[in-house]
Amino acid sequence: MTALTMPARPDEDGARLQPVPWRRMAGVTWRQHRYALAGVAVLLGALAVWLWIIGTPLHHAYAAAIACHPASSPACVGLDGTFQGMDNLLTGPTTPGGVFLQVVPVLIGAFAGAPVLAREMETGTFRYAWTQGFGRWRWALAKLVLLAVVLAAAGVAFSVLLSWFNQPYFAPANQALGPYANSPFAWFNLREVAFPAWILVAFAIGALAGMLIRRVVPAIVATLAAYAGLLLATGGLLRAHYLTPLVTTNNFNLPSTAWIISQWTAKDGRFAFTGLPPISLVNKFCSSVPAGPGKEGVSLEAVAQCLARHGYTQWTIYQPASRFWPFQWIQGGWQLALSALLIAATIWLVRRRAA
Amino acid sequence: MNVVEASGLGKRYGGTWALRECTLEIPAGRVAALVGPNGAGKSTLLNLAVGLTAPSAGEVTVLGGRRAGSAAALDGIAFVAQDTPLYKSLSVADMLYVTRNLNRRFDQPYAKARLAELGIPLRRKAGKLSGGQQAQLALTLALARRPKLLVLDEPVAMLDPVARHDFMATVLAAVSAHGVSVLLSSHVLTELERVASYLILVSRGRVRLAGEVGDLLATHGQASLEELAMAYLRETPTSAVTR
Repeated sequence: MTALTMPARPDEDGARLQPVPWRRMAGVTWRQHRYALAGVAVLLGALAVWLWIIGTPLHHAYAAAIACHPASSPACVGLDGTFQGMDNLLTGPTTPGGVFLQVVPVLIGAFAGAPVLAREMETGTFRYAWTQGFGRWRWALAKLVLLAVVLAAAGVAFSVLLSWFNQPYFAPANQALGPYANSPFAWFNLREVAFPAWILVAFAIGALAGMLIRRVVPAIVATLAAYAGLLLATGGLLRAHYLTPLVTTNNFNLPSTAWIISQWTAKDGRFAFTGLPPISLVNKFCSSVPAGPGKEGVSLEAVAQCLARHGYTQWTIYQPASRFWPFQWIQGGWQLALSALLIAATIWLVRRRAA
Repeated sequence: MNVVEASGLGKRYGGTWALRECTLEIPAGRVAALVGPNGAGKSTLLNLAVGLTAPSAGEVTVLGGRRAGSAAALDGIAFVAQDTPLYKSLSVADMLYVTRNLNRRFDQPYAKARLAELGIPLRRKAGKLSGGQQAQLALTLALARRPKLLVLDEPVAMLDPVARHDFMATVLAAVSAHGVSVLLSSHVLTELERVASYLILVSRGRVRLAGEVGDLLATHGQASLEELAMAYLRETPTSAVTR
């Protein structure tokens, strides 16, 4: 072995220390997590290219259909048919593409969030990281907040692109164009506030699960399970109550963009039926109702009016489309708070965790 | 100055004490060897000293009264954990970058020169290095922080004899060049004979003996550190004997 090179004599006194600057964690975090971040970029990038490829002809067809006058001319009907016929995997939130997009936040959160601490614990590198001069809770805070902000920003950018793609289906002019006129609430989880908020929540769940479970794969599985539970609870239980729903008995004035939470018919203050009226009831009171204009069979509106004359009232509980953005911010708000809480809990565990 | 001071220090995992009633003072400028059989509590004591673990009882301070694990303590102590954990997917250069940015001081020229001497390429992934090279990399990163105290947990247990010799040579060179104090644990007694000037014998979670190697040998009439340690560990007295 040749002569050894020696470090210079340490000259600093440790009595009054300037902490290591926060900004130094940016490069450290990038070097440690570049593969995870690159994976997220590839996933969202590929989806973005796909949206652009199928979205461009969709927008052209929509623009052509809208610009056509008069709307009843055969040429215009043809253009409308072209637009309506542009079926793709993303025509609605329940199509394969729509379902996959709803899974994207948890994929990002679980695969980028769960390993952050679980891998350190699994491989023992926390013994290295937590004994450096930066300090362990500052290290955890800087790393988690940086990654959370970057991932949420990517989520915002992607959901903006998705809204551009969906815009023909939501445009007011499209209400007349056909069956795709849908409530903005249908895409709720994929919009500009909710989508990044779900990424944040999934990331924070992943980070905490990683710190609790200390193994990468089980932490990812736990994250997926916890996220699925939260997603179902939010959609099925919480969201309808962000603001007190409206109630109406005047259903034919209900805009098609409203989010109908429940609908039933009552007589004399007692529940009668949900959905379509039973045939026996129609035959009993409304057998003489004429067929609707231009349609075969009986007009639903005419039947409803007939039943209303006999004391039947249809009740609808709904959220108007005007509440879409308040709902986005309410959900984004509590999810941001929940994420902050989960990350704080993770850092608290890092601080007190024994080796 | 004492680099480590413990009084009544204890650590309990569940119902069992990994270390208890540990009171000792390790003076600066020594290579202190923490010796004992596997499971004696060596790693626990080191983890307490570097602040990875919080004590269940008593207290431990380092570098002249700094609370173990505090910012001031972390700044002055470099720790190489058992099995020398490194980020396996990072290159050697990235490990230098990460360590430099996580600390106030980092002697980059020293680290690069050391790695060049050792023939460790900067572009290679840490996980692709041999066991001896990984240990040398971890040690180089620790020394480049210019610590006042270097703590090594079973640093040579996994190394072959040549790598062991080289590793200890690097440690001793750092000691003689800038007087870094060293606290290392080992159950390989022969390695310690050459290097240790201070001895702490631990078994079954208790400190059995602690003091300057020369004094201990004279007092106990043993010819070598190994014989002294063996004699004590065989006896394993039931009451704690310190100093």
